[in-house]
Amino acid sequence: MIEFRGVTKQYPDGTVAVGGVDLVVPPRTTTVLVGTSGSGKTTLLRMINRMVDPTDGAVLIDGTDVATVDPVRLRRSIGYVMQNSGLLPHRTVLDNVMTVPLLKGTRRQTARARAMELLETVGLDASLAQKYPAQLSGGQQQRVGVARGLAADPNILLMDEPFGAVDPLVRQELQQELRRLQRELGKTVVFVTHDIDEAFLLGDQVVLLRTGGRVVQSGEPAEFLASPADDFVSGFVGADRGRRRLRLEEVGGRRVVVDEDGRPAGVLEP
Amino acid sequence: MNWLVQNLGLVGELLLVHLALSVPAIILSFVIAIPIGYLAHRQRWARGVLLTLCGVLYAIPSLALFIALPAITGFGIRSPLNLVVALTLYGIAVMVRTAADAFDAVSPDTRLAATAMGYSAAGRFWAVELPLAGPVLLAGLRVVIVSTVSLVTVGAVIGVQSLGSLFTDGFQRGIVAEIVTGIVATMVLALVLDALSVLAGRLLLPWARRAAPGRRSSSQAAPIEAGEPA
Repeated sequence: MIEFRGVTKQYPDGTVAVGGVDLVVPPRTTTVLVGTSGSGKTTLLRMINRMVDPTDGAVLIDGTDVATVDPVRLRRSIGYVMQNSGLLPHRTVLDNVMTVPLLKGTRRQTARARAMELLETVGLDASLAQKYPAQLSGGQQQRVGVARGLAADPNILLMDEPFGAVDPLVRQELQQELRRLQRELGKTVVFVTHDIDEAFLLGDQVVLLRTGGRVVQSGEPAEFLASPADDFVSGFVGADRGRRRLRLEEVGGRRVVVDEDGRPAGVLEP
Repeated sequence: MNWLVQNLGLVGELLLVHLALSVPAIILSFVIAIPIGYLAHRQRWARGVLLTLCGVLYAIPSLALFIALPAITGFGIRSPLNLVVALTLYGIAVMVRTAADAFDAVSPDTRLAATAMGYSAAGRFWAVELPLAGPVLLAGLRVVIVSTVSLVTVGAVIGVQSLGSLFTDGFQRGIVAEIVTGIVATMVLALVLDALSVLAGRLLLPWARRAAPGRRSSSQAAPIEAGEPA
């Protein structure tokens, strides 16, 4: 379990990136931090592995204040996946995946076997193992990034807009893969995105942040539509636009769900 | 040609002396310039000062430096060590700017990823930043190699033996073949060392060449790219 207690990050120039956030991330679930740019979602994420230290408040992992843990050791115990993969361009795919286990002192042979296994888990062919990141497509690179994040078998996986830079079709594919992986592995995932659809798709818990790093609303995705906290929330989730207002229409004896403009969204199961 | 055949022994000997003067200077300046360049890359304030100092250093005429340096180092003017120190200074002057640029060229994303994975600052430098700075460092090294090999010849004017002695001697005695031999041998030496450094780069930085042609879309990704919705 990850717990934010009154966490604030204020920069020397007075800018407040995160303003007094209280938040609990339950274990073995996916929590999505969503918000526009400047809402402090990435800063909040990076406080978990001490890439950023809060100026006030504390972040606790299973009851231990992370400020008391050596940052290097802490980071090795937490998976991290970022936008543009962040793969080391001078290392092969296999070596990239093996990086953290080797840093932790795992034997080369063991790390290698585990890495090959992981490549398969994330849906990559073993023939890619000896390639360099630049020889892979954007989607493949992100898969390697996920494999690398999981390589040391961390309990916590931090994902910072991991699918933000790939094209929409590949993104959908990767989102589905992540859902499958999460069902199999049950990690505590903290996922950052600015895409509310992605947040609703992946999050067990969604946390909506606004400028200045303040939590506007948090809860299950459906709650955002059923009872948005304010106009900002309904605006952000699109409830005030036609896209989320669905109604039923009879088409050829079946009931079809359409949005406000009459565009089909799906059929209603009897 | 006749002159060369008759003096092959001398040319060979001077070639070795030339190597013995230039190689230590090249290696020393490369090794010393890397930490200075890294500092210039990390600290904004240091960058301006260091790069200006290097520019000024390079502007000192070589002959003047060869003569003035013994006052600081205590080596004799004709000592090979004096020449090596001077050449190293010039090498550093050239290399520091390139080294700073080389570290600047490492993608911030990659550096961030290395930190996030749990590299210590030192570990990140050796395992990530230094190798990724490699291609640009190599480009700088190649300039240092050529300029150092060429600068060694100036030492002949103050009496330090090298292939440059073939020009000074050739001028004094009016032997054109000797002058030409000196020039060609110096150039060949520079080219050979340059080629060796390129070869070392290919062996040490195999990823740099494979990455160069840009993103090659794999067969798996191709249909997806083609099918991107308009």
